[in-house]
Amino acid sequence: MVISPDDWSAVRLTLALATVVTVLLLLIAIPIAWWLSHTKSAWRGPVSAVITLPLVLPPTVLGFYLLVAMGSDGPIGRLTQALGLGVLAFRFSGLVVASVLYSMPFVVQPIRNAFQASGRRPLEVAACLHARPVDAFFSVALPLARPGLLIGAILGFAHTMGEFGVVLMIGGNIPGQTRVLSMQIYNHVEALEYAQAHWLAGGLLVVSFVVLVSIYLYDPKRRMF
Amino acid sequence: MIRAKFDLAFSGFTLQAQMDVAAQGVTAIFGPSGCGKSTLLRCMAGLEHSASGYLHVNAETWQDDARGIFLPTHRRLLGFVFQEPSLFPHIDVRRNLEFGYVRTPPSQRKISWERTVDLLDVGPLLHRMPAGLSGGEKQRVAIARAILAAPRLLLMDEPLAALDVQRKREILPFLVRVQRELSIPILYVSHHVEEVAQLAEQLVLLRDGRVVASGPLTQMFARLDLPIAQDEDAGVVLDTRAAAYDERHHLLRLDFSGGQVYVARPALAPGQPVRLRIQARDVSLALSEHHDSSILNRFRATVVELASAPNPAHAMVRLDAGGTVLLARVTQRSLEQLQIGVGSKVWAQVKTVALME
Repeated sequence: MVISPDDWSAVRLTLALATVVTVLLLLIAIPIAWWLSHTKSAWRGPVSAVITLPLVLPPTVLGFYLLVAMGSDGPIGRLTQALGLGVLAFRFSGLVVASVLYSMPFVVQPIRNAFQASGRRPLEVAACLHARPVDAFFSVALPLARPGLLIGAILGFAHTMGEFGVVLMIGGNIPGQTRVLSMQIYNHVEALEYAQAHWLAGGLLVVSFVVLVSIYLYDPKRRMF
Repeated sequence: MIRAKFDLAFSGFTLQAQMDVAAQGVTAIFGPSGCGKSTLLRCMAGLEHSASGYLHVNAETWQDDARGIFLPTHRRLLGFVFQEPSLFPHIDVRRNLEFGYVRTPPSQRKISWERTVDLLDVGPLLHRMPAGLSGGEKQRVAIARAILAAPRLLLMDEPLAALDVQRKREILPFLVRVQRELSIPILYVSHHVEEVAQLAEQLVLLRDGRVVASGPLTQMFARLDLPIAQDEDAGVVLDTRAAAYDERHHLLRLDFSGGQVYVARPALAPGQPVRLRIQARDVSLALSEHHDSSILNRFRATVVELASAPNPAHAMVRLDAGGTVLLARVTQRSLEQLQIGVGSKVWAQVKTVALME
């Protein structure tokens, strides 16, 4: 076996990052998706655009701005320092913040689609059956959006596992802290250790493929991208 | 009383409706598609937030914008049956039924779980998922679900419109049972004359977002100045009572204030109320009584009003048959040849009497 302890550390770090990010993303994306699918506010367009930006921006651009913002003189950096958290850049927590932003559109979009697909009627029915709005949300809207939630979670997880550009800009390459799988693959290639790069890259490929196949088998009609 | 008034403006449509109806029995809100019937119902449920006006249900005020009162939908004790059954697809029939039931304080519940399940015959469906039910079964569950939410007012938005004729026939008796056995006032939106004639006691006529007329259904159906008289299915509704049964000819006699009719129907307990409908197109006029005709039901009548019909060849005739109004649709040519005008004494021959059962 050519996989080194460093490689395993990168795998563990990547899984930890993807898990934390997915949980956070669900907590953040559900209210945003709900708001986007129901609001008539003029802010809907601009907010959608901001959330979708990571889809079209080069990761290095996003990473660059985040690096500046999270640095000791940036607005986020000042805030985290004032809160006694120190500077987030080049730390696991920095990666979490960056990944949440970077993977946001992949989670928000399917959930938003699911909310929109079920429409207002189930909520109206729930209201006519004496359910308060919060009750109706948890007992009707959320269960009906379950396929969207599942797909959003899977896409968020998979996308976070595979990110490179943002990590490179904001996390660097610190073993056990910010050296995730994609970074480790890059290191192997730089060092011409193609065998090890193959193991890791192939593993990621297989996992991503299996994940996507399972989504399409779960719901072949749903088109995501 | 249920007193309601709502103003609402969409692009290209204005609702300005006011109505006072009795808080008992079925009141049909009747009008052509797009006249604002469903919107009015949604306003009453509090689902149209930009509507302004008021809604008083007996002693309770659900909405009165002049006084800044707006009860959100979930706090209005109403039941709403939508055109599509709108069952929650992620839970089984039992949990659909329980949805409103458990959210109603026990002290407010008026009709028991068992009685409702029996009335709509949904017992055998309790463990099924909505996706596996037929359209008629779904609508029965939806009606039971609405009743279990202890409504003081039941709003039904064309509950039969999405069903085919067969399913409609299957559901109508259940609606009649709900109407007869439960003392919940029902507002029933429909554009279907037959359905309305069968179910409703009161009628509110809506046109272009305004209430054109309202009152007891039998009176409204007997008027020539309302749009219903122009409907293909125009005709009067008579509330009669079962009388003697002619065993030899297998005919049942029904009595009403202005006379009696015979129908080919098995005997009923004397005095049992029977609603029947005589369509204008099934009534012909003659100047003398035709003893040589096979038509069974003939009434001496006076012509009280004439009106045009959608088809220029036809005329609508309003008749007074001993205090009971009948409508007839005959050709203009016949009127001319028989020289029938207002005040003419005629014999109305009724070809078909439809029992509303």
